[in-house]
Amino acid sequence: MSSITDYALPNPINQNRQGIIGRAVDRYEGPLKVSGTAPYAYEVKTPSPAAYGVMVGAAIGCGLVTAVDDVAAKAAPGVKLVWHIFDQPPGQGEAGAKSYVQGQAAADPVFVNPKVRYFGHPVALVVADTFENANAAAALVQVSYEEDAEAEYMFEPADARPTEQDQDSSVGEFEHAFGEAPIQLDEVYSTPIQNHCQMEPCATTAWWEDDKVVVHTSVQMLKGPQHLLAETLQIHRSNVHLMSLYVGGGFGGKGSSYEDMALAALASRSLAQPVKIALTRQQMFNATVHRPATVQRVRLGATPDGRLTALSLMAATHCARNAPFIERAAAFSRALYAAPHRLTGHRLKLLDIAVASAMRAPGEASGMMSLEAAMDELADRLGLDPIELRIRNEPDKHPESGQPYSARQLIECMQSGAESFGWSKRNPKPGQVRDGRWLVGMGMAAAIRGNFLLPAKASLKIDAEGTVRLQQGMTDIGTGSYTILAQIAAETMGVPLEKVIVEIGDSGFAPAPGSGGQFGAASAGSGALAGGMALRAKLTEMATADPASPIFGAAPEAVEFRDGLIAVENRSETLAALVSRLSPQGVEAEGSSAPAPDIRQFASYSHGAQFAEVGVDLVTGEVRLRRMLGVFACGRILNAKTAKSQITGGMIWGVGTALTETNRVDPRYGSLVSQDLGTYLAPVHADIANLDAYFLPEVDDKANPLGIKGVGEAGICGAGAAVANAVYNACGARVRDYPLTPERVLAAMGVG
Amino acid sequence: MPLREAPTVAFEITVNGEVRQVDVDVRTTLLDLLREHLGLPGTKKGCDHGQCGACTVLVEGKRINSCLSLAVMHEGEAITTIEGIGLPGNLHPLQAAFLERDAFQCGYCTPGQICSALGMLAEVRRGEPSQATEDMSALAIALTDAEIRERMSGNICRCSAYPQILEAIRDVAGPAAGVSA
Repeated sequence: MSSITDYALPNPINQNRQGIIGRAVDRYEGPLKVSGTAPYAYEVKTPSPAAYGVMVGAAIGCGLVTAVDDVAAKAAPGVKLVWHIFDQPPGQGEAGAKSYVQGQAAADPVFVNPKVRYFGHPVALVVADTFENANAAAALVQVSYEEDAEAEYMFEPADARPTEQDQDSSVGEFEHAFGEAPIQLDEVYSTPIQNHCQMEPCATTAWWEDDKVVVHTSVQMLKGPQHLLAETLQIHRSNVHLMSLYVGGGFGGKGSSYEDMALAALASRSLAQPVKIALTRQQMFNATVHRPATVQRVRLGATPDGRLTALSLMAATHCARNAPFIERAAAFSRALYAAPHRLTGHRLKLLDIAVASAMRAPGEASGMMSLEAAMDELADRLGLDPIELRIRNEPDKHPESGQPYSARQLIECMQSGAESFGWSKRNPKPGQVRDGRWLVGMGMAAAIRGNFLLPAKASLKIDAEGTVRLQQGMTDIGTGSYTILAQIAAETMGVPLEKVIVEIGDSGFAPAPGSGGQFGAASAGSGALAGGMALRAKLTEMATADPASPIFGAAPEAVEFRDGLIAVENRSETLAALVSRLSPQGVEAEGSSAPAPDIRQFASYSHGAQFAEVGVDLVTGEVRLRRMLGVFACGRILNAKTAKSQITGGMIWGVGTALTETNRVDPRYGSLVSQDLGTYLAPVHADIANLDAYFLPEVDDKANPLGIKGVGEAGICGAGAAVANAVYNACGARVRDYPLTPERVLAAMGVG
Repeated sequence: MPLREAPTVAFEITVNGEVRQVDVDVRTTLLDLLREHLGLPGTKKGCDHGQCGACTVLVEGKRINSCLSLAVMHEGEAITTIEGIGLPGNLHPLQAAFLERDAFQCGYCTPGQICSALGMLAEVRRGEPSQATEDMSALAIALTDAEIRERMSGNICRCSAYPQILEAIRDVAGPAAGVSA
């Protein structure tokens, strides 16, 4: 696309002649998943029996490995190899080496550095003939350490500092305007460390076919891990065949690969046997990544009639010393409300704990827990309805960049949701509604999440039976990629859904950016549309040039693809007939899409409104969700069923964020205290009642050629704040440190 | 002290209606027997210590976490895994309901959810009460939404398809009054 205006031109998706786009189609790979026959990375069939690897994690948080006693482990039954810093995997590239200059990753060799960077950092690998033998032998590896007395494990927000890479955003004169504001709100909120808790632990199965390694691993993006592995193994990237066919949840935590991937490939090379390695659940907590804690100061200056004059959100957060990452909790606030004087930014503290990284809606998920609660506090103080306060501060364009919004129905979401939820029944005075031992309240919050588009390619092939096969280096981490790609391919080629085969999760296919940042559907889907258009062009050229075709000689722009036909008005033939006559081995084309050069003319966000009703136990302070509704405007919806699942899933993450999910750092070891699903409290069935969501009709023809926006992360945004605001409305307790545990709620209620 | 070879035990076990002869290390869990020895990876390993429910299978019709049970403890017993409940083209009504309701996303907890739901409905039919049972002296337990949520809470779904899972179970179990599955 040469210009953003091209996105609005007619294309098979926005024309939607077959009506496949938007339909609530069942999940493409669903029959495999409900029958347990979709093979995840640890489960793929290997060409010969696999050996089992078990990783040993560091028992200190920061320091050096000084000695490893592996004698007992090596002598243990069934053990095939033991690797560590003093017996390193052979043939690894130097750390940071990059032979492919344009590659997405450099070599990341394992066990070449004695430095322990965080508790649980893998320091040894044992491979044995069985899982039981590998596990038992791993317990025998004795590692000695020298602890670093200077290690810093605990996050003190006052120690967080500005960074070069993330500048504050300042508009007008915030400090002055805030000081002059007739109404001032100045509060500090905190969010804790959170863990992804994907149900499938990270895992890799690897084997070699001559000089080529076949790797099945559980990752969200294929190219980075493929390049990392090629550089680490010192082989050409074309010799790394990386697959991620089914991924048991990602949520950002599988945006990178972990040591299991390189170790499985290395061990398989050394043993000339397939090797598989999975992280344990405990390793998932400490040896992968987490959402870092934040401490956020919100300052709002307003007029008595509720116009914001000054807005500031300053967020302090932390990351691992050698893995820079900023949880940009303030970023969303630059786009949400109008206010002439603004100051937002981030402060960062480097720690010697596990790596902080992206987790579902990085930035918004934490940041909206502060500002959206602060807006509720301000509304309460002004005696204004929280929706009315937000309406009074609705910007007509991006308040900092000045860009027009590509599409924005925030007010419509709030108003529609208020109507559906029965918001008018809410008593604005807290603590007034009682149901037995429960105090009942309602809360709401706005939702906003950036929308992104990345370059993507796709190849489509049609065979002599008229079956269309889409191949793309995309992943489906539960997001629904398989399904929406099938819908896009079917609608683009004018064939029924049953005539489409989708193959993704393979590094050998045309590259797509993978799953993350809720850019997957827009990016991969635009690539699939481009691939389909390329195939249509090829078929059109073949048919119009073939005297045997009923559309011979027709102008290409008159050619239509519908009902499995290639047609010009009432002249047509089936695609199967065309292909079998002219190219019986099939016709294939690759297309590519990239953001229009002028896409940044517009500010593109998914929007929504969250409504929650909770009960607060008068005696225990326990908060129970009673019902919840989310109303969203996220552009065109490709699949009403899978999109809704994405949104409600995100909302439930918000419930966990508000009420239960937290991890803490052990000051002695720098470890995360909760290392299992019994102590890290992700929501379970009993926590979620009467939760629903719907989308407002919207087409965002400035976002991408599909007119869609991301739904994977929008659902979590604001969801937790709506719950927290409902808690305040229920019992008058304003808890600004998340999660809202019973003891915190009780304390804020003045009980206990 | 160096480790010695772990003893193995040979025994018979019926899996999905088929009698299988196995000979495994005594430390092998039922979960790993299914996944690593019998070629049935549909049963998932989510935590390997009984907290997530992904490994739920039916043993003699009752649901258990197969990761918490050694394989040798099940000599002569009948195990039903997700593959034995239904395969593509011949799905069990509950599997079909999961598909129709979109009661999963990544799919990793799904086999456990389905096995657990079938075991759960049988528990209700047998009159076994739960923390959510309002009237324990009633002749039949009313399968309320709260009852289903409580009884399914050992099966974590991080994609959080809980509302749809409830709907899917409801589709096969019928309305709150009774259990017919």
